[in-house]
Amino acid sequence: MSLLQIKGVTKRFGAVQVLNGVDLTIEAGTVTGLVGDNGAGKSTLMKTITGIYAVDEGEVRLAGEPLDGATPGERRQRGIEMIYQDLALAKQQDVSSNIFLGREPVKRLFGFIPGFVDKARMDADAQKMIDRLGARIPSIHRPVGMFSGGQQQTVAIARALTFNPKLVIMDEPTAALAVREVESVLALIRQMREEGIAIILISHRLNDVMEVTDRIVVLRQGRIEADLATKKTQMREVVGYIVGAH
Amino acid sequence: MQSSYIAAQSSGWRQLQFFFDSKLHVRLESIIVLLVLGTAMTVLSPYFLSVSNFLNILLATSTIGVLAIGTTLILCSGGLDLSIGSILGVAGVVGAYFCVELEWPWPMAIIGALGAGALAGYVNGLFITQLRIPAFIVTLGMLGIARGIALLIAPNGGAIYGLPAPVVYLGQGRPLGIPSPVVILILVAILSHYLLAYSRFGRHTLAIGDNEQAGRATGIPVERLRRKLYTISGLMAGLAGLIFMARVNAGDPTAGFTYELTAITAAIIGGTSLFGGKGSILGAIVGALIMGVLQNGLNLLAVQSYYQQIAIGAVLILAVYIDQLQTEKEKKA
Repeated sequence: MSLLQIKGVTKRFGAVQVLNGVDLTIEAGTVTGLVGDNGAGKSTLMKTITGIYAVDEGEVRLAGEPLDGATPGERRQRGIEMIYQDLALAKQQDVSSNIFLGREPVKRLFGFIPGFVDKARMDADAQKMIDRLGARIPSIHRPVGMFSGGQQQTVAIARALTFNPKLVIMDEPTAALAVREVESVLALIRQMREEGIAIILISHRLNDVMEVTDRIVVLRQGRIEADLATKKTQMREVVGYIVGAH
Repeated sequence: MQSSYIAAQSSGWRQLQFFFDSKLHVRLESIIVLLVLGTAMTVLSPYFLSVSNFLNILLATSTIGVLAIGTTLILCSGGLDLSIGSILGVAGVVGAYFCVELEWPWPMAIIGALGAGALAGYVNGLFITQLRIPAFIVTLGMLGIARGIALLIAPNGGAIYGLPAPVVYLGQGRPLGIPSPVVILILVAILSHYLLAYSRFGRHTLAIGDNEQAGRATGIPVERLRRKLYTISGLMAGLAGLIFMARVNAGDPTAGFTYELTAITAAIIGGTSLFGGKGSILGAIVGALIMGVLQNGLNLLAVQSYYQQIAIGAVLILAVYIDQLQTEKEKKA
């Protein structure tokens, strides 16, 4: 069974029809590139998966289970993570506070006062995760706003990976990064695929998309314009579909 | 040689700052301001340094302290509540009306005051989250509404006197020699410090104040959390109203006038950011004490109360300016 099934999804905002009956299936352990012009509906489509938006028609299923009405928090629990372009980090909080945001482990203080956030455990696990990603971060006790763009990206990725996700959606993860940092993000994507995670990569940087994906889906005016195997296509063809020349 | 000495010194200072900030949840600067202010008052007035005056300051601080706790939670979430002074007023009047005018049993005074406060706060939260009206406007509106209701309920707009003894005890009693309002403040402070610094509720509050989008992306129910926060702020104002009413043995519809100014100032000089994402309850208590010492000292020095208003206003502007510099520095780094 496919990990994610999107069937006939439509979404309109007022008079604007943003999604126009989208069908898409995503398999575990694959990297899918989602490309398209600005306003093609990429972000809206992703937000119907993460639960920020409700669909007007159609449905989204994860491992066969419908996701209707599940809140963004519930969908995260079921294994859908998204890394936003602006990273959605709380800049004045430290690394572990960001990684565990919304899912802080709690313990009892002195064995009986409940509800204490277990910061020591959060810090230890955050450090482990950062090390596993092979990232260099000056100190996990600093507010993440003091880090460079690449380091902040690492924190956002760590947040997505800490709770064993099934599907990770990445919105322009390389757009703001230096060349070396791009390489490490692409390596990370491959590593996630090895672990059986499905990845949807939204990007305008077609070089990165060609390099790391198995499959490229082109969205145009709220419809799937093309669904291509990366090995059998070329950048020219992809661009053609994006601008609607085919 | 010289410069490395300065560097070492400044890093020692930094470490001390970090220790106070992360372990004690109070800004080092706030403590120093409080100590300097206390020392100055001791030098200036022979009456300042005494146990009875110390209890006086604590007693005077208790009302503002409770308000500053609610304000701290609101500011941490990136919100604002200007209505707390007026809610304090209406809560006291409702409590007094229940047990004096309606002659209901005395616990109803407590329930009435706290309930009126929480209800007003909940209405604030509802308007802010459901109708998406800015908090500044909603709570400014509530400032007028709550005060108006207080004056309407009170007969001829005057105070309601003669509360039952158990209620008065909450304001004038001295369990173990400590004024009851001070005991209440300490208990509430401990509970809210736990809430803000150690619970998930507190972490989520700071996170949505820092970046609301981060909260949404990680599945925090942002609107529900905001409603809870405004309800707590209202509840705190209700509690402050109860304490005030019990202390003066009357439900006074003009009570708490401009207290929001003092409470917000106390929270901010305690190290809570006006822009959200940062703050502490212990800091708010230290801030409230600074305001208390300032007012008490100016009283002892027989400075006209008009000057005190000016001083509080000036301190607020200065504190926000410093907070702004700090925030800019952190964002740049």
